[in-house]
Amino acid sequence: MASKAVYSQRDPMLKKRDDFEDILEERRNSSDLRYALRCYAPVVYKGLCPSKAGTLKSMVLQSDQLHYVIHQVCRETGRAVDDVQEEASSILEEMAHRLQLSTVRFFAFTLSKVFKTLFRSICVNEEGIQRLQQVIQEHPVVLLPSHRSYMDFLLMSYLLYTYDLALPVIAAGMDFMGMKFVGEMLRMSGAFFIRRSFGGDKLYWAVFSEYVKTMLKNGFAPVEFFLEGTRSRTSKSLTPKLGLLNIVMDPFFKGEVFDVSLVPVSISYERILEESLYARELLGVPKPKESTSGLIKARKVLSEDYGSIHVYFGQPVSVRSLAEGRVNRCQFNLIPRHIPKKPSEDIHSFVNDSAYRLVRAQEENMVLKPWVLLASLLLQNQVSGQKRGIALDELTEQAVWLRDLSRQYGAFLHWPEHTPPSEVVSSSLSLHRGLVRISEGRVQLALDKAAPGEPRSAVTPEEELLSQAVIILSCASYRNQALHVFLRPALLASAIHTASSNKKQEVFNSFSFLRNMFSNEFILCPGATVQDFEEACYLLVKTGALQVTQQEVLVTERGHRTLVFLTSMLDPFLQGYQVVCRFLCEEATEALTEKQFIPAVRKFIIKHLLAGRLRYTEVLSSDLQKNSLAALLRLGAVRKIKGAEQGTLKVNTVMVNSLEDTLGGKLPTQKAVIARL
Amino acid sequence: MLYISTKYQIIRKDFPFYLGKTAHGGLWVQIKNLPGHLPKESPSHVFLQEIMKWNGWGYSDSRFLFNKKGQAEFTGKRYIIIGMIIPGLKDWFECTFGASLQHKTPATPLLNSSAVQPPTLNEAFVEELKSTGIPFSQDAEDRVFRAHGHCLHEIFALREGKFGRVPDMVVWPNCHNDVVKIVELASKHNVCLIPYGGGTSVSSALECPPEETRSIVSLDTSQMNRILWVDEKNLTAHVEAGIVGQDLERLLNESGYCTGHEPDSMEFSSLGGWVATRASGMKKNIYGNIEDLVVHIKMVTPQGVIEKSCQGPRMSTGPDIHHFIMGSEGTLGVVTEVTMKIRPMPEYQKYGSVVFPNFEQGVACLREVARQRCAPASIRLMDNEQFKFGHALKPQVSSIFTSFLDGLKKFYITKFKGFDPNRLCVATLLFEGDREKVLQHEKQVYDIAAKFGGLAAGEDNGQRGYMLTFVIAYLRDLGMDYYVIGESFETSVPWDRVLDICRNVKARIVRECKERGVQFPPLSTCRVTQTYDAGACVYFYFAFNYRGLSDPVHVYEQVEHAAREEILANGGSLSHHHGVGKLRKEWMRETVSNVGMGMLKSVKDYVDPNNIFGNRNLL
Repeated sequence: MASKAVYSQRDPMLKKRDDFEDILEERRNSSDLRYALRCYAPVVYKGLCPSKAGTLKSMVLQSDQLHYVIHQVCRETGRAVDDVQEEASSILEEMAHRLQLSTVRFFAFTLSKVFKTLFRSICVNEEGIQRLQQVIQEHPVVLLPSHRSYMDFLLMSYLLYTYDLALPVIAAGMDFMGMKFVGEMLRMSGAFFIRRSFGGDKLYWAVFSEYVKTMLKNGFAPVEFFLEGTRSRTSKSLTPKLGLLNIVMDPFFKGEVFDVSLVPVSISYERILEESLYARELLGVPKPKESTSGLIKARKVLSEDYGSIHVYFGQPVSVRSLAEGRVNRCQFNLIPRHIPKKPSEDIHSFVNDSAYRLVRAQEENMVLKPWVLLASLLLQNQVSGQKRGIALDELTEQAVWLRDLSRQYGAFLHWPEHTPPSEVVSSSLSLHRGLVRISEGRVQLALDKAAPGEPRSAVTPEEELLSQAVIILSCASYRNQALHVFLRPALLASAIHTASSNKKQEVFNSFSFLRNMFSNEFILCPGATVQDFEEACYLLVKTGALQVTQQEVLVTERGHRTLVFLTSMLDPFLQGYQVVCRFLCEEATEALTEKQFIPAVRKFIIKHLLAGRLRYTEVLSSDLQKNSLAALLRLGAVRKIKGAEQGTLKVNTVMVNSLEDTLGGKLPTQKAVIARL
Repeated sequence: MLYISTKYQIIRKDFPFYLGKTAHGGLWVQIKNLPGHLPKESPSHVFLQEIMKWNGWGYSDSRFLFNKKGQAEFTGKRYIIIGMIIPGLKDWFECTFGASLQHKTPATPLLNSSAVQPPTLNEAFVEELKSTGIPFSQDAEDRVFRAHGHCLHEIFALREGKFGRVPDMVVWPNCHNDVVKIVELASKHNVCLIPYGGGTSVSSALECPPEETRSIVSLDTSQMNRILWVDEKNLTAHVEAGIVGQDLERLLNESGYCTGHEPDSMEFSSLGGWVATRASGMKKNIYGNIEDLVVHIKMVTPQGVIEKSCQGPRMSTGPDIHHFIMGSEGTLGVVTEVTMKIRPMPEYQKYGSVVFPNFEQGVACLREVARQRCAPASIRLMDNEQFKFGHALKPQVSSIFTSFLDGLKKFYITKFKGFDPNRLCVATLLFEGDREKVLQHEKQVYDIAAKFGGLAAGEDNGQRGYMLTFVIAYLRDLGMDYYVIGESFETSVPWDRVLDICRNVKARIVRECKERGVQFPPLSTCRVTQTYDAGACVYFYFAFNYRGLSDPVHVYEQVEHAAREEILANGGSLSHHHGVGKLRKEWMRETVSNVGMGMLKSVKDYVDPNNIFGNRNLL
């Protein structure tokens, strides 16, 4: 463990962040039509070879890379070259964007109208925009927004258009293509479509990676994609997917460009459009297939108030600086660069680390609204079994306490400075009136959905549970927005709680165990256990909650409240992982497949919830269940058997059992560590 | 195709360099009184250093300066200058570097002998050497003169009158046998020998290792400068290794022959130096590089003399022992005599140039020329910055007609053909052979160029391009008078990497300068100077204005280091022909692998177990 000197540099309070500007303000005061038709002349990359979308395609089809793979496929399958070439061409046709300014103008107009009805404000840090404008001229740029809503990429293009910046080309999932007309519209506004999975398809991969690289290298347009791969249904950042990041870094590794700038963008919604949709999805109500008619039905959302959006364009990250001293580019000297090669070990771990750093950068610049704190408090209050809710003034007091704590932990909290806290609280509550109920000066989650008068008997206990879970999961998704702020201290708090003694080493072991266990659940940079531990210690010591000596970690008198709050933050996850373990030990049969896992574990959990044996309704979240399975697979406690039945799960009962016990603090971490970790 | 034809003329009838005006206002360099060659009976052994600068490039009387009107001029009688004014240089210089003629950094004019460390002498060695009658000297000036090559840090220190470790004495062997005696004595008395040829090294190869405690003796080969015989039946010549390039060429020319080996340093560099560093000549496309030119080498090592027993044109007798010698950089012994291929002098020579709309097209054209294996004697492609540099060196035009023609050309290229003056680049060409073939060859190359959008741009531009090579070293001295320091470095790289390496290294230089606090944007430019079947040689020029920096040489070295890292990361070689010396030896291991290093070391251990040739280059 490193010395204390490291602490001083990492004080989150010192984080400097830009101010915001509301772009809707101007839209409310001037003509949308004129705005949509105004002169658009963005600055471009200095090395740009101007090319149309059409020439771009032929560049891809004529590239050495694609040539090589086409001939390889021919050799392996015995197909004719023309035939494979044809296929490559149609893959590209299916994939390629057809960015058109007129479509963008159409969107600029309609979105202005839509945004003005939906949102109070769209706030952007203009300094970030200026930085972006600078780097666009110097190097190829990759935009990496967080992904919480369908809105994200339209919003991004809208913003770039507004600020007269080069419009991005955006990697979008193929499912959008299902929406006939809309798919084409998106294509014309710069989206290109990739299949969700194309594991072994060499040709597809070659066309796809070459297409992205060609656009990037020529500086055709900023390339935009979502590191998280898909929309996060829980508002927690998802562990990053590496495929596209690998592709955009590759031209730098191979010397084809001098540098690539990665710009993390944090988009935070005060109220997410898909709020209850996500909750239902997590509970197993399948997500409706994206369809145009579905989108039209979603019109009713237009009549609601979704608060404000904050978009923060982060500091551009130079791939060259990231790779300095980490990647030996000479490894590409001995094989022609157009021959596809699996990334080497060091490249892979570099890309992985970079991806985590970038997602962390997104997290750090996420704006948190007071409601996020209220949601955390209300959830904890609900679990503690107070049926009547919490008094409004008590909630306000707690919120103010939490506001101060989160700020000390470096949260990017937007709490109106000159408004009395009680007003802040009540206006937050009223924006989310679908989730909370206020009666007689007491606040609680709106769990008893049933409209008065409707006969209760019509609802089965299971249905009632699920409808409550929708509210809880929606609420949890707001709490999750603040998770990254509290995560490290919370892991430490839980570690102290589960560790068998106050010995620092033991607490660290416990911390390390939990961190490892949850590394599919939260964004925890690989290999940063010691830093994370130190950061957590530092924050808790700084806020007076902890005393850390050479040997011991002691909770102070006044630290108690903080630690209770922090452990409660992590508790639902701990319980979730435990119950998954228990399920695997008790109910997993020989024939359990990966596909059956979620429905089976859900059934198991519902049973236990109804029997009152579980505290947290939240553990119904399929996201949590998937993550815990992923963790168990990673740790080797469960193995996937490749054979007759696809993805049959083989459970190592002893190990799963011991993990469950360690999670619950029944077993010292040391043992579990020896067991396998 | 625009091709402004000129009267064909053989410019290199006598010897190539003559700084003067051709019929069309072109600028060329020719040496009038060839200085390196002195009558053999001359008793003096210090003649070269008497007429050369001790703290800069070339002859003492030859230098660029800005006259009172602020116009650039070239001084001296050695290079012919016919009332030559270079009007564009000042503006280019000031604009490119942000330099000003008001801010001067003159060099220390005189060598202060008292600042030189007194020699550490090995008395027994000196005594025995005396008895052999081989001339030697312990004079400070002689020693300082042989303590350096032409790296920036070496010249910069000299200009400030600073001297580090210098050789303790200088010996001038007159023939192979003298060298044998010296090496024997050195081995006997454990004296460190550093061979010295023309002193044009740019790899810190001549620097005395500061940690060397033994007496260091500089072995100057300049007196071994005879052509011992010419064999017209086999077209070979047997030459002593101390001969300087221009002398060798001129002497062979007298009997109608040439070697065709023309490295840019050939005015001063020696045959032995070429062998020891694996030199490359401008016209290698016709004549080959040094490894293609040598037939036989004799080298004196502490273990004795190494040579082959016959002069067969090719042998299959295990690894070629010549390849232990070539590139050994003075770590194994002294090359004393070399048999070289010679060729009849070409009947006809013609320069040419082609303007391309951009560098990418230019490289594509060179690649195609290489693919078709029809490269002329020399073909070089300068990037846009270097094109402008070359342009700035254009002498004042004498007639209204020429200036009108120039204007017309410029108009045609930029307006009519739509070339962007900030992107276009130029290739310079030199054809050689019999007249008919040259003209045919020329057409073939111009036809290829046309496919890549290239426009023939006349002979003058071609000549001026080559001139840049020869005066660049003098120009560096001019820059150093005004706070500008710089240097060139080179690499070789596969064809598919050429564009990438050029862009990335240039960008890296700019970025590093900025990060290291250089106040003005640097000159960062490159050219492709040689083509091969599988790749090309790329030359980078890098210079910056160091006003405001406390330790400019350190900054310079850091940037050059970064640039070399960038070259290696982009698939470039550690060196194409400058060699490794001490400047680049930190990268040797990764360049040749551990086993490769071990092989080289074991050769050194066998040949020179006591490290008599202790310049510590390479390994």
